Amino acid sequence: MTLNKGSLFSMSDEPAVSTQDRLRKRRQNINVLFRRDSELRGKLAIYFGAILIILATVSLTLFLVWQGLRLFLFDGVNPLHFIFSNDWNPGDSAHPTYGAFPMIFGSFAITFLSALIATPISIGTALFMSEISRKWGNKALRPVIEILVGIPSVVYGLIGLTLIIPFIAHHGGGIGYGLLPGMIVVGLMIMPTITSIAADALQSIPQELKSASYALGATRWQTIYKVIIPAALPSLLTAVVLGMARAFGEALAVQMVIGNVTDIPHSMVNPAATLTTIITLHMGNTTSGSAFNHALWSLGLILLIMSYIFILIIRYLSRRSKVL
Amino acid sequence: MQTLVDVKEVYSTEGLSLWYDKKQALKDVNVSIFEKQVTAIIGPSGCGKSTFLKTLNRMVELEPKITIKGRISYRGNNLYDKHYPVEQLRHRVGMVFQKANPFPKSIYNNIAFGPRLRGIKNKQLLNEIVERSLKQAALWDEVRDKLNQDANRLSGGQQQRLCLARCLAVDPDVILMDEPTSALDPIATAKVEELVHQLKQQYSIIIVTHNMEQAKRVSDQTAFFLNGELIEQRKTSELFAKPFHKETADYISGRFG
Repeated sequence: MTLNKGSLFSMSDEPAVSTQDRLRKRRQNINVLFRRDSELRGKLAIYFGAILIILATVSLTLFLVWQGLRLFLFDGVNPLHFIFSNDWNPGDSAHPTYGAFPMIFGSFAITFLSALIATPISIGTALFMSEISRKWGNKALRPVIEILVGIPSVVYGLIGLTLIIPFIAHHGGGIGYGLLPGMIVVGLMIMPTITSIAADALQSIPQELKSASYALGATRWQTIYKVIIPAALPSLLTAVVLGMARAFGEALAVQMVIGNVTDIPHSMVNPAATLTTIITLHMGNTTSGSAFNHALWSLGLILLIMSYIFILIIRYLSRRSKVL
Repeated sequence: MQTLVDVKEVYSTEGLSLWYDKKQALKDVNVSIFEKQVTAIIGPSGCGKSTFLKTLNRMVELEPKITIKGRISYRGNNLYDKHYPVEQLRHRVGMVFQKANPFPKSIYNNIAFGPRLRGIKNKQLLNEIVERSLKQAALWDEVRDKLNQDANRLSGGQQQRLCLARCLAVDPDVILMDEPTSALDPIATAKVEELVHQLKQQYSIIIVTHNMEQAKRVSDQTAFFLNGELIEQRKTSELFAKPFHKETADYISGRFG
């Protein structure tokens, strides 16, 4: 519209066409061309992006499945043995054994233990942000939590290594490595994730519900645990599951504090290992095509399957929240 | 006022003023609310009628930055006394909101919410309360077979009657209604009005309404608010027949608002 106006203006006011005007006119022509095409180009760009993402996901899954199954197809390892046995020693050249249960156990232990400590603190913080002091929560707490999310995991690992492990070792926890520091470090890492999602969920509870509860004579605490938490429960669970998914996939920080010993730990302060820590520890040292390398891919396949399961749980939970 | 000598006062306010931050919403309001009567509060939007209603169960305190001056007596006690137990007050004074707001729970648990807050755990007793309250709200016949169904699946009119039943379940003394039919169709509205008519045998009801016909139909007393001030409060029939003030006459004849 403005372009048309401009051209009319220049034509009526200045019969002698200047260079500047000619240039301007040409630019308009180009603009018109651009605009006619922009619809199609935008569409193409969007479709290209969407298809690229789908292709990447599908091919990544197929590749990992193929790589992960090689151990069972070509190296003659029984998948049941792989999942349920404790004898992880794929580096032994004479009698390599492939029982990955200690890592599977370690991953699940870290996931649930860290969720166990992070959940109450996170939900409490989220309740503070949405119910106790919304203004202070949004002004001060939310930025702090965003910073916590942004801190690289290696920094969390370093803090665990230099502060938590000596502390545990000093207080009678052996050498300090194990599930306990792992749980603290990972719990700290997933706390901001759970908090921010839970706070969003709690803040989206309609004011009318709270009013109804207060008007019936409920105290603030009664309103929180009888109305707000039940109404937000599916979203709160989603937040926890997302946190657990993050904990399950965390490699670097855990590797720095867990000790990386592939045994089932006898206590919280005995060194252990998780799927991710063993993969990062050995991936660079194995030759591709070797059984050891295939075994690491199989560990990766378990991680992939677990992340798919986490996504399924989240989808199930969020579908349920819509029905409510 | 001579005829009202033997009628008990539930609420009386003296010089009640209220500010949201710096904006004054109520100006020196003096009202008397009588027992077992329906008091309608009418006035144009933003005249402070909802705010006034919310001062009566202190729900207004949930808004940020309010200042209150003056005195509200409920059954002889000053409500805004620091030591007045606000939760107990709200057990005695129920409220129905403009928009039906059932909890995302079953019908049964919606009704049982209030009694449970007061510590009633006996299953038998709760069942009785739920049935009585739903009957009082004329909803029992429609929901008796689906008490465990999600309350949000009821129709808008049913939800509003459920909210009424929910506040009846705690056996209140006063029921506050904030434009309870503004979101309902005429049939559902008629049902709620019919209920108001029946309930005033047992309860004192204060109803904020936009609809002057509704005020005429359901109320015994009418209070007319304008710009935060109480212009006049009288028997409904008298107020609508010959209002004292010009503003009242203008409003009820539809000249503004």
